[in-house]
Amino acid sequence: MSPTVQAGRNEASEFRWPPQGVTRAPYRLFTDPEIYQLEQERIFRGKTWNFLCLDIEIQNAGDYRTTTVGETPVVVTRDRDGKIHAMVNRCAHKGALVCLKKKDNVASLSCVYHAWNYELDGKLKGVAFRNGVRGQGGMPEDFDPAQHRLRPLRVESFCGMIFGTFADEIEDVETYLGPEMASFIKRNLGRPLRILGTHSQMIHNNWKLYAENLRDSYHATLLHTFYTTFKVNRLDMDGGITLSERKWHHLSFARRAKMQEAAEYAEAKVHSANYESALDGPGLLEAWEEFDDGITHSIQTVFPNMCIQFTLNSLAIRFFAPRGVDQTELFWIYLGYERDTDEQSSMRVMQSNLTGAAGLVSLEDGCINEFVQRGTRADPDQSSFIEMGGREVESERNSRATETAVRGFWHGYRHIMGF
Amino acid sequence: MHKVLDKSSKQMGAPTRDQVVDLIAAYAHSVDDMRLDIWPQFFTSDALYHVTTRENHEAGLPIGVVRCVGTGMMQDRVKAFYSANIFEPHTYSHIIGRSEFLEQTSDMVVSARSNFQIVRTMETGRMDLFAVGRYLDEVVIEDGQPRFRKRVVILESRNVDILIVIPL
Repeated sequence: MSPTVQAGRNEASEFRWPPQGVTRAPYRLFTDPEIYQLEQERIFRGKTWNFLCLDIEIQNAGDYRTTTVGETPVVVTRDRDGKIHAMVNRCAHKGALVCLKKKDNVASLSCVYHAWNYELDGKLKGVAFRNGVRGQGGMPEDFDPAQHRLRPLRVESFCGMIFGTFADEIEDVETYLGPEMASFIKRNLGRPLRILGTHSQMIHNNWKLYAENLRDSYHATLLHTFYTTFKVNRLDMDGGITLSERKWHHLSFARRAKMQEAAEYAEAKVHSANYESALDGPGLLEAWEEFDDGITHSIQTVFPNMCIQFTLNSLAIRFFAPRGVDQTELFWIYLGYERDTDEQSSMRVMQSNLTGAAGLVSLEDGCINEFVQRGTRADPDQSSFIEMGGREVESERNSRATETAVRGFWHGYRHIMGF
Repeated sequence: MHKVLDKSSKQMGAPTRDQVVDLIAAYAHSVDDMRLDIWPQFFTSDALYHVTTRENHEAGLPIGVVRCVGTGMMQDRVKAFYSANIFEPHTYSHIIGRSEFLEQTSDMVVSARSNFQIVRTMETGRMDLFAVGRYLDEVVIEDGQPRFRKRVVILESRNVDILIVIPL
């Protein structure tokens, strides 16, 4: 081992959080490969529930859908009894990927390398040439197929989403979410769903920068000026932030309110206020009131790496998969309900223009986290400053000009990482 | 104004194949030259511009990456590009394959499929193969000029690098 690597290793294992606590996030967290490896073990293979896919993606017996938990390849299946299973997508023989497509329908799972064959629940069914060929070769007498299966994850379905965990001892998904988070997910996803489209985006930053970004309600109207420009959403709308009991999930919501010119915008001469226009294509924002609680915009995160957005009528799951210490693949799964009328569906379709890789409102998130990654990588020992809205880590019912949910993320992160 | 859009004409009926090929080239070059202000003029007033992925297209799913119905929505994208959206400056260079003309089903409309590749150059000088796919076009004559009535951009990959803010 080279002296440099050795030095890095010592520093990472001796990593200490700054004394100011969660109001600081050391830049090392976004660039250190050893911390990234520890996260795979302590977060993604640790005591968390990870979003795998939607129930409707594997509706029929024999359907499979591949995904990743952290960087671990995982396959989710439905067996002939309708039961859902999830396994590490890695042959018990040599470790090759077993399922190669995003989705398929199969009678059993078969590794292409040496034709080892598994039941839909991951049990080893057949080994090619187990008894040899013409009496020669073959597996040893004591070969026990029961000892060689695809490594299972525990799975649970909640509101049409399938979650998986590597942890042996963990509460059920609903308890993991907590009552406030669970009830808002039921509001948004608690009825038969329909997928309207999907795509993904490669963002060149550590996954935690996107996790912060989703929880950062402070930036929303400052960076994303399309909303402000077209008077769709402003911090002066009624809204707030709810943190889960363990602080690591959050819900940010806004209610439709009469737009007022906030003096703070005018005084700060922020970019958001310098452009006034009506839409030439107002069809973009045609919307209907779907719920009677008045909430028109919400972003809800589930630790570690998913989010549910409901902005106007645009319902989507965002899932951001780490692809290396400085790469993240952000998946967009746009949803509607089975009960939607054609008119409602088409409003959801038009509003999909607001988000995603080319989202009029949020496309900046594709590059802003990369700007942080590039800005910070030379100085791992310096930290970001996170004191907007104070230093507390509590729900904030009356304002979104706060970074409380970002502090909440780091609160949960420190706990599970042991930092 | 690009010369394809500039020619005054009282043409009626369907565009010629040459006009369609010229329109496809002029569109790409005006985007490459960052003349985004004229981008909506390549379309009829009620045109559909839809960017999606091969996966969505084959599954018949309606949501892709961009959907503009009518030039008003295209104007909004152009305005957002110049006034609202924030991104690292970059430019495109299109390479378009020979167009295949599809069987004509109407006296007024010419349909064509053209493969494309777009190389993106970033502010830092980095160049990448940014997008690969095909244009499925329907071209008509409106106000004497050939224009897209429908342009569906089908990306081969589900995955977009960083973001899309310049039209493809």
